[in-house]
Amino acid sequence: MTYAIRAEGLVKRFGETRALDGVSLAVPPGRVLGVLGPNGAGKTTTVRVLATLIRPDAGTAEVGGHDVVREGHRVRRLIGLTGQYAGVDEMLTGTENLMLIGRLLGLSRAGARARAAELLRRFELWDARDRAAKTFSGGMRRRLDLAASLVGHPSILYLDEPTTGLDPRSRNGLWDMVRGLAEDGVTVLLTTQYLEEADQLADEIVVIDHGRVIAEGTSDQLKAQTGGQVLELRPVHEAEVDKAALVVAELLGSAPEVNQGLLTVPVGDSRAMPAVVRALDDAGVAVGELSLRKASLDEVFFALTGNRERTGSPAADEGREEASV
Amino acid sequence: MTATIPAAQAAVLPRKVTPVTALRNVLTLAWRGLVQIKHNPMELVDLSIQPIMFVLLFSYVFGPSISGSVAAYLPVVIPGIIAQNALFASMSTGLGLNVDITKGVFDRFRSLPIARTAPLLGRILADVVKQAWSMLVVLVVGVVIGFRIETGVLGVLGAFLLLLAFTLMFAWITVLVGLTASDAEKVQVFGFTAIFPLTFLSNAFVVPAEGTPGWLKTFMTDINPVSQLTTALRGLLVGGPVLQHALITLAWAAVMAAVFIPLCLRAFRRRT
Repeated sequence: MTYAIRAEGLVKRFGETRALDGVSLAVPPGRVLGVLGPNGAGKTTTVRVLATLIRPDAGTAEVGGHDVVREGHRVRRLIGLTGQYAGVDEMLTGTENLMLIGRLLGLSRAGARARAAELLRRFELWDARDRAAKTFSGGMRRRLDLAASLVGHPSILYLDEPTTGLDPRSRNGLWDMVRGLAEDGVTVLLTTQYLEEADQLADEIVVIDHGRVIAEGTSDQLKAQTGGQVLELRPVHEAEVDKAALVVAELLGSAPEVNQGLLTVPVGDSRAMPAVVRALDDAGVAVGELSLRKASLDEVFFALTGNRERTGSPAADEGREEASV
Repeated sequence: MTATIPAAQAAVLPRKVTPVTALRNVLTLAWRGLVQIKHNPMELVDLSIQPIMFVLLFSYVFGPSISGSVAAYLPVVIPGIIAQNALFASMSTGLGLNVDITKGVFDRFRSLPIARTAPLLGRILADVVKQAWSMLVVLVVGVVIGFRIETGVLGVLGAFLLLLAFTLMFAWITVLVGLTASDAEKVQVFGFTAIFPLTFLSNAFVVPAEGTPGWLKTFMTDINPVSQLTTALRGLLVGGPVLQHALITLAWAAVMAAVFIPLCLRAFRRRT
């Protein structure tokens, strides 16, 4: 089977940092791949390699069957890129920005103008078409950026954290637009820190951390991969929370997470539930609430990435920061 | 939009851009550099009001005390202001590049199937147009208040070309600052702290007088490349020695290119 995007063992170092430490992924034509990971995981660096902006130190990548290093120009004919920062010229109007891209792609003046008008209408920017982009709201800029990446009818589209920093309404709007593109058959590689976003948009998900792929599959597969189920229980008496936690930890071998009197612990299968009830009963802990449910993608993600506290601004662009050191 | 990438279609994709396409890319990006002015009136101020202001201030405030009269000072100061102004204008190359890189515009250009050098060459071409405009403004204001071009069209053309050669190479310094600075403001700070002393410690506005310390006088008249440029411009516009100063100016331009172009390319690769 031919893939629209295929990367094998990509390595990229920035000084001492290994931004990519052997990333491999593959996207069949017309599918949406979600690349999920915390800040600094290597998501942006992966996109920059696949968009021919930087060369990998090791490994290979093919886009549309073309090597990103040796046949960069051919790759660039197929792709559209929407960056984490809106890559639009703030001094130009919406129309001028899109016409500029159209002209660079070889459209005639009239052709570029027509394509710009079409995209401005589709992305609800028509009324703002003659305003400089610097006056646009964050959501409008993202939409203009997305429109700019679509001028040349790319068959492969990279969306690098397209909704970071957007309000929920703009986010939903952008999601609809991405779904529309996927329905048109565009292959999409989408990076995101939002599990919900990957769950909503992606056919398949690759989880990366520290420059490595640590899990991959559909969101259901990922949920099943890490135990699959979560046991939640709440002792009747607040004072018995610690005792209950100790009992559960001893029985299951992993310490439950305690949040305001509620104990949460991943369990391998449903047989754990009666065992927990018996053990708590033996210990004399009265249980007020008890439930077994499917793990959320959040829990899967935290289990995979080691449940570390992440600091730093959500909009930080790992690739750029490392590169400019 | 196509769902698949048929092998046949992919095979006919060209490997590179043709020279004609490359030229079109450069012109399109130069157009973009000029359209920006429309939405950023400050740039027009830099390019027009500032030169007018300098010509009037220097001529009427310093002219009488330096050369005895405004009319006698104009042949000294107009070429000097042309040189200083061109250095300031060359700052916009680095400034624009910095903004493009930090805002992600450069990444977008580099992800397009265009000539690799087009973004840089387009910007430079736009700056050439801006340089020409700004030199014209100084000359017109100068002529209005009494400056006379003693040489002719060829002299003016020669002055413009020499100015262009020098400032295009000088621009690489600002490009380097633009590539390494984290934001546009730092590029501007560099501009003012480097270009002001460089132009004031030259013979652009004054001919060093008796009281000037010897070492400073040597720097101001012989060493500072801005002085060589200014002297050559004076020769080309109002008459006087040209060849030697023009050659030294061009040598300086070559040195700047030899030092800063490789540094810029290195910084560019690091940055991206």
